[in-house]
Amino acid sequence: MLDVSVSYNRYKFIGHEFLTWLWFTIENEPEKLQAVAKELDSLTLGNRMVIENRRNDEVLEAITIKGDDAGLEEGLLALKKGAVVTEMNLVQTIGDNIWSYTLKGESFNISSLKTPVVGQVESGDDIEGAIIEKIYLYDQVIQLIHTLFKVFIKKRVSDSWPETVNHIKKWIRS
Amino acid sequence: MGLLSSSVSITQYKVEGQLPAPVNEAVLEGLQKNSIVDIDNESEDLVSGWAAFENPYKPEFELAGVSIDTQFVFSLRIDKKSIPTKVLKKHYFLEMARRLTETGREYLSKNEKSEIREHVKTTLSLRIPATPNIYDIIWNYEAGQLWFFSNLKSANEELETLFSKTFKLTLIRVFPYTRANLLADLAEPEKDRLAKLAPTAFMG
Repeated sequence: MLDVSVSYNRYKFIGHEFLTWLWFTIENEPEKLQAVAKELDSLTLGNRMVIENRRNDEVLEAITIKGDDAGLEEGLLALKKGAVVTEMNLVQTIGDNIWSYTLKGESFNISSLKTPVVGQVESGDDIEGAIIEKIYLYDQVIQLIHTLFKVFIKKRVSDSWPETVNHIKKWIRS
Repeated sequence: MGLLSSSVSITQYKVEGQLPAPVNEAVLEGLQKNSIVDIDNESEDLVSGWAAFENPYKPEFELAGVSIDTQFVFSLRIDKKSIPTKVLKKHYFLEMARRLTETGREYLSKNEKSEIREHVKTTLSLRIPATPNIYDIIWNYEAGQLWFFSNLKSANEELETLFSKTFKLTLIRVFPYTRANLLADLAEPEKDRLAKLAPTAFMG
C-alpha cells in the first residue's frame, strides 16, 4: 500500500466524491440507502454543508451553507461550476432515535456527533453501562458510514460509474 | 473531549499487529509503563502519557477499569505549560537589563540573548503548572479498531507516536483511501482500479 500521507493527499477527492454522491442519493434515491442499511429509517442532510471548487488542490471557491432551513440552491449552483462537497452534516434516524454529526470528506473525521440521550451517570457503577451504551450508539454511525462508503467505492471502481455520474450531472443541471 | 460528552469528535484507526498473550496483561503493562508523568515541578513544558479513563489525574491502572466489555478504554493525556508571551517578554527584558548592568556592557551578543531567553523559559516553566488535556480512546482489540475522541492534528500525532512506542503495533488512520483499500472488501482488480482513479468532473 502507498505511504499513508501520500495516499491521504492523492486520494482526497474520493471522500469529496463520496459526499457528493451521498447528497445526490439522499435527494433522489433515499430508498437505496435503506436497501443497504436495513435498520435505517432515514438519513437526511443536517444544518451545515461545505462545498469547495478546487484546482490542483488549491481551493478556488468555498461555500458554507448553514442553518436548519437553509436552501441548497447555492450548493447546486456551485456543483454546476465544478465544486464538490467537502463536509456534510447528517441526521440519521433509527426508530425514535436520532443521531446528528458532521462528516469530513478528506479525512472521514466525525465531529459534533450527538447520539440519542442515554441514562444519567449517577455513580461509579453506572459508568461501565454508560460506556457500553455509548459505544453501541457511536457504532451505529460508524457502521452506516462504512456500509454506504462500501457501496460507493464498489460503484466508483466499476464500469457503471459513468452511468452514475450521468445521473448526478442531470440532477445538478435540473 | 470525553466519550461520555453530549457532543464528540471521533478519528478512526485500524490497528495492525498482535500483542503477546495474555493480551489484557500486555495492554495493562504498556499503559503502566507509559503512563503520564507529572511535570508541574519540572522544567519540561510538554509531556504526554496514558491516563485512566475514570481518573485521568491519578496515574494508576486497574484491569477492571481498562477492560470494559470487549474493549479497552483509557485516555491520552497531554500536559502543556503555556507561558504567556507578555510574561516571557517581561522576564526576558528584566534579565537582559540585569546582565547588562552586571557586565557594564551596552550590548549582548545574539548567543547571549538566546541563552537568556532559554534560561527565562526554564525558570518560568518551573513556576507554572501544566494544563492537562485529556482525549479518550476506545480500542476494540479483536476487531483491530480504535476510536480516538479528538480530530485535533497535534493530539492525533501524539497518539500515533505514543501508541506505537507503547505497544509496537501500527495505527493506520482510516480515511477514504485506507478505508477503500483495507476495509471495503475490494478484490485485487478493484484495488488496481482504485490506485488509478482520477477525480470525476460532475459539471457539464
